[in-house]
Amino acid sequence: MRAFAALYEELDTTQSTNLKVAAMSRYFRAAPPADAAWATYILSGRRLKRFIGPALLKRWLIEEAALPEWLIDESYSSVGDLAETIALLTAGTAHGDSSSDDTALADWLEERLLPLRDASDDVRRQTITGWWRELPYRQCFLLNKLLTGELRVGVSQLLVTRALADVTGIERTELAGRLMGEWQPGALFWQTLHAAESPRSDPAVPYPFFLASPLEGDPVQLGERADWQAEWKWDGIRGQLIRRAGECHLWSRGEERITERFPEIVDAAGSLPDGVVLDGEVVAWKDGRVQPFALLQQRIGRKKLTAAILSTVPVRFLAYDLLELDGQDYRSTPLRERREQLEKLLQQASPLMEVSPLVAAPTWEALAAERAESRKRNVEGLMLKALDSSYGTGRQRGAWWKWKIDPHSFDAVMIYAQPGQGRRSNLYTDYTFGVWRDGELVPVAKAYSGLSNSEISQLDRWIRAHTVEKFGPVRSVEPTQVFELAYEGIAASGRHKSGIALRFPRIVRWRTDKPASEADTLADLQAMLTTTSGDAPDAAPGSS
Amino acid sequence: MPPPLVTVTENGLYCPAGEFHIDPWRPVPTAVITHAHGDHLRYGSTRYLLAEPGVAIARHRLGMDHELAPIKYGERLQLGATTISLHPAGHILGSAQVRIEHQGHVWVVSGDYKRQPDPTCAPFEPLQCDVFISEATFALPVYQWQPTGEVVEEIYEWWRANRERGLASVLFCYALGKAQRVLAELRAFTDETVYLHGAVNVLTDVYRQQGLAMLPTMPVTGERKSDYRGALIIAPPSAAGTPWMRRFGDHSSGFCSGWMRVRGNRRRRGYDRGFVLSDHVDWPGLIETFKATGARKILLTHGYSDALARYLNELGIAAGALETAYGDEEQQ
Repeated sequence: MRAFAALYEELDTTQSTNLKVAAMSRYFRAAPPADAAWATYILSGRRLKRFIGPALLKRWLIEEAALPEWLIDESYSSVGDLAETIALLTAGTAHGDSSSDDTALADWLEERLLPLRDASDDVRRQTITGWWRELPYRQCFLLNKLLTGELRVGVSQLLVTRALADVTGIERTELAGRLMGEWQPGALFWQTLHAAESPRSDPAVPYPFFLASPLEGDPVQLGERADWQAEWKWDGIRGQLIRRAGECHLWSRGEERITERFPEIVDAAGSLPDGVVLDGEVVAWKDGRVQPFALLQQRIGRKKLTAAILSTVPVRFLAYDLLELDGQDYRSTPLRERREQLEKLLQQASPLMEVSPLVAAPTWEALAAERAESRKRNVEGLMLKALDSSYGTGRQRGAWWKWKIDPHSFDAVMIYAQPGQGRRSNLYTDYTFGVWRDGELVPVAKAYSGLSNSEISQLDRWIRAHTVEKFGPVRSVEPTQVFELAYEGIAASGRHKSGIALRFPRIVRWRTDKPASEADTLADLQAMLTTTSGDAPDAAPGSS
Repeated sequence: MPPPLVTVTENGLYCPAGEFHIDPWRPVPTAVITHAHGDHLRYGSTRYLLAEPGVAIARHRLGMDHELAPIKYGERLQLGATTISLHPAGHILGSAQVRIEHQGHVWVVSGDYKRQPDPTCAPFEPLQCDVFISEATFALPVYQWQPTGEVVEEIYEWWRANRERGLASVLFCYALGKAQRVLAELRAFTDETVYLHGAVNVLTDVYRQQGLAMLPTMPVTGERKSDYRGALIIAPPSAAGTPWMRRFGDHSSGFCSGWMRVRGNRRRRGYDRGFVLSDHVDWPGLIETFKATGARKILLTHGYSDALARYLNELGIAAGALETAYGDEEQQ
């Protein structure tokens, strides 16, 4: 744990990606295999469910620090992070790492932390406050972050795979694949990560998704229209459909298994030959056309799929790409050939699985005209993919672009909620949203409207059940719910912590399909500052 | 209850019995100065009384056309109906607490102070008093300072590691006090030359003329990146992000301030490293100092004064907050 705490500190104190990769490589080389596997697990953004609620931790902190509750609250609101506040108030001034405790990271997690889940509150209190007293500052901070399930490290999955590739000598794309799906951190996993041959013993393991970058400005900059494939950007759930070993599996982009939620798609996939993997979009489909995302959402929210919901919200899988055919990894084949094979493959398939149509418009102007019609078609805009591109890993710029219609929208995470006024005063209807900066959420907007009444009451229940902290009427909530926000203008602002002010921010929709880690970053919004001209906000509603 | 020896007026802290102001924020006839930071020493007063070791800095700040009267630490002086004396505050060179005695009552105005040792100034001296007027910049229990030696070692290790990577190390420090303290403390680790931003350089010269031992320094003048590779450069925070920084090429940035105790403060400002080194008193230091003064009442000027006042009142120590115009140079 000491070595991992030192690594965390190193990653936290540099902005250079090269230094970050070097620090991770050094750690992976020196660490015992089980530690390296756990570190990979944590660094690649997988999160352990929190071990203990913040309210309990706070109560113990009040006892431990022997300070009045209001002063703890005052300190917490000044620090802005419970794990850090605890470390600052309990670990005293021992910043150095002089501790002789060399317990391995894996042992910390497997033998000390995981058993806490089943322990009584009394045992947990004694154990945890004991650690607070004994651990030096950095480790105490890290431990608290693990306990609250909030440990985030400012490295992208791409950087982790760079470091792993450096250490294992295995290609990055292959490694990214090996990190997909469900796996148990431990020495065994670390070995399979190093294996020369891809283990892929589990037929359910998906490929890493290839993600498009937002296109800013005119597509003319991309070169010849003829070198690009244009498709609609469907407003559904991006999914990977796997047909292997006689089974079907459906994964969402958030690496969540959604097989059971869409039985009709899985049924339809049964007609595919074995050894096929498709990339596509699950959309709500009715009356011969795609339906708004909100309809699909009704179905996602259900725990049990009733016959009624299956018939009110029929779905289809619109296939974009072919990743595997006859059990062969097809991803390095150029898109133009993959597309050809995909069309051939799905010719005879069930209508529930069809190829996402191409947008023919022969020039960029004609394409722009089609794009302007996006709203009528219930799509978000266009996808532009280079015809000679292979199917990459993660968000690599250059080959795939999303050309969305409304650039004035972004995805943010809810961080605070407070009751509304008047008839909404008993409901949490005023929300504060944050975007990422270096692994932390910076408040950027407050929004009040945009959700339906049933969504508001659903969200109200969620907020009450997932409150982290109360400050007067304001509650901070677990930062897990993502919302798409739209706004009219954006301007730089010295009055806001985020450095930007948004005009008329409002909720477009609740993105239950997106994990918080995929919300936008402050840098994404700052980029809008330079690309958006004119409409500067006069009065800036928004963050505080 | 005798009338207060110090009140807040529109010009600043005022002692009616002695007819003088302390660190006034507007011109007054007589100004007793605790130290030479900009929010405590301002232009335009007729006469300034201040501790002798601080005169050269004050002269540098105010220019030649102000009357500065040096007072030795501990020297007793009649002002109006009061007897005043100045005592070391340990904040920066020449910083002082102001002790005011009148008809058997003693009030002490701390100015800014710290309890950690500092090779560039005399250590804080706790004074017995009835009322103690204290700063409260870092008056939250999360602000506790680690030993100075450890922090300075961190700074040195950071410099060394950057040098191995061929990077310049740019350390942002407040130009008066903090920069010189770091230069003095670093002597325990090295005798190398440090580059200084112009604003730091002139003040360091003033310190040197007072006979203080610091690392050898050179002003930043050249534009060649290679000159600075592996070097330590000390600059005021206001230089961050300006074109002046371009000459250093690839570098790592650090900031020396008590605020760096909290991770979010560092990350908001975008520094690579934060070094928790403050010239202000920390939470345990505040409590300890109040006990040492035996004061029956504590008045708090700037910082988290409301929180500290409430805490003290709950402990049964009478405390209140005073509205002043003092700021916090560590924020700058």
